[in-house]
Amino acid sequence: MNALPESLTTEQIAELIDLVKRVHGFDFSDYTKASLKRRITRIMMIKKIGFYDLKHLLVNNPSFFQEFLEEITVNVTEMFRDPGFYKALSRLVLPYLSTYQQIKIWSAGCSSGEEPYSLAILLNEARLKERAFIYGTDINTVVLKEARKGIYSFRNIKNYAENYTLSGLRGSLTDHFTTMYDAAAIHNELKTNTLFTVHNLISDTAFNEFQLICCRNVFIYFETPLQEKILNLFYNSLCPHGFLCLGSKETIRSDLFKMKFKVIDQKENIYQKIGF
Amino acid sequence: MIKKKIYTRKLDFDENISGRWHNSDVLLLGGSAGSFNLIFQVVKNLPPDLNKTVIIVIHRKKNFQSDIERMFSENSRMPLKEISDKDKINKNTIYVAPANYHTLIEKGGYFGLDVSDAVWFSKPSIDITFESAAEAFGERCTAILFSGANKDGAQGMLKLKNAGSLTIVQDPSEAEMPEMPDAAININAVDYVLGTNEIFELLKTSLL
Repeated sequence: MNALPESLTTEQIAELIDLVKRVHGFDFSDYTKASLKRRITRIMMIKKIGFYDLKHLLVNNPSFFQEFLEEITVNVTEMFRDPGFYKALSRLVLPYLSTYQQIKIWSAGCSSGEEPYSLAILLNEARLKERAFIYGTDINTVVLKEARKGIYSFRNIKNYAENYTLSGLRGSLTDHFTTMYDAAAIHNELKTNTLFTVHNLISDTAFNEFQLICCRNVFIYFETPLQEKILNLFYNSLCPHGFLCLGSKETIRSDLFKMKFKVIDQKENIYQKIGF
Repeated sequence: MIKKKIYTRKLDFDENISGRWHNSDVLLLGGSAGSFNLIFQVVKNLPPDLNKTVIIVIHRKKNFQSDIERMFSENSRMPLKEISDKDKINKNTIYVAPANYHTLIEKGGYFGLDVSDAVWFSKPSIDITFESAAEAFGERCTAILFSGANKDGAQGMLKLKNAGSLTIVQDPSEAEMPEMPDAAININAVDYVLGTNEIFELLKTSLL
């Protein structure tokens, strides 16, 4: 199952990164290497191709590149992943956000929409949804299409039910979905005031000013210097005293940005922008 | 060839196995169902000046804040840490792979995390950590795979063995769940099959 047919060398990985950058304009050079190598090896295994075939396909087959991009960028996500985070958000951040006329939220690296919709449900339960606008962005257009639909397999939604309950919300996750056979569609009222659009954290700039930015389990794929570059983008995209949420195992390591963000919750990695 | 239970007397280790253990920089411990108490005992007995990095991957359920870190750190003489993204890998430290992430080892000497699909229904996957350890550390590891009810870890052990690292499994006949050590034995990923007491004896030889 996990057997690797051909082990790529460091030089070969570098060659592929360079090729993708030149041909397609996507820069993976600051991605963490062990994970990237595993993803690329997986594609070669699924497609039953070697290094040279892979290079050829990447140059000559645009639809293959789309598939490659989908495999390289990990799109695994859950609704209410890390219930402790959503609890902390309700307790520490929502009371603050409720003082704003309009609450703008950016879910960066939103994949198929599970996180932005979890936020929508959380805000709805706190009666803040009508004042909120949620942007979900990703570099992968295929997952964004899924996000816009807001339709998930009923089995997945049932798998997320435990997360929901542990998040301390009333009722059950399925209350927010209309189910038909094996599909579960999120209620339309939760889809209003959401916008899903392409944004590349590595190459694109700030596009709005937000009260809350969630970028969870994205930094794990980036080397520290790239994390710092994106922290700068987030800093510039936050309103004064705006909040930044990273994944449960992701911390701000840069000394510069430790000075620019205050820790709100150490365990859940919730930060608040200091200054203007 | 697998040398099954070749050690009959407790301290009768050959130069080869204790020398290889002694020379390794990293101790990798993997286990699933039935392994917790054993790994706990190993952690408890490791000396604070082991001069190695210890990395533990135990299958665990997400959302239930298990007390692994607390129990282990209260009972170990080395500092213990649940791994966060990009944590630097130090000697004389015990690292535990967090639930609901895969833990990879980057060649720059730090950990990377990954949320991709479970492997063998497991996240953390022992295979993923062990395979990346083989890439990053080559022959510098001693890996021990304990009891478990699936095949995770076997491929990782194979890569470690091929890279020249020392690979040991708990004797399946002593394991609460023999499937995991058996899987590694079946693909010839194992240098030594040791009884539980022999594993403890071997790890103690670092004190000599």
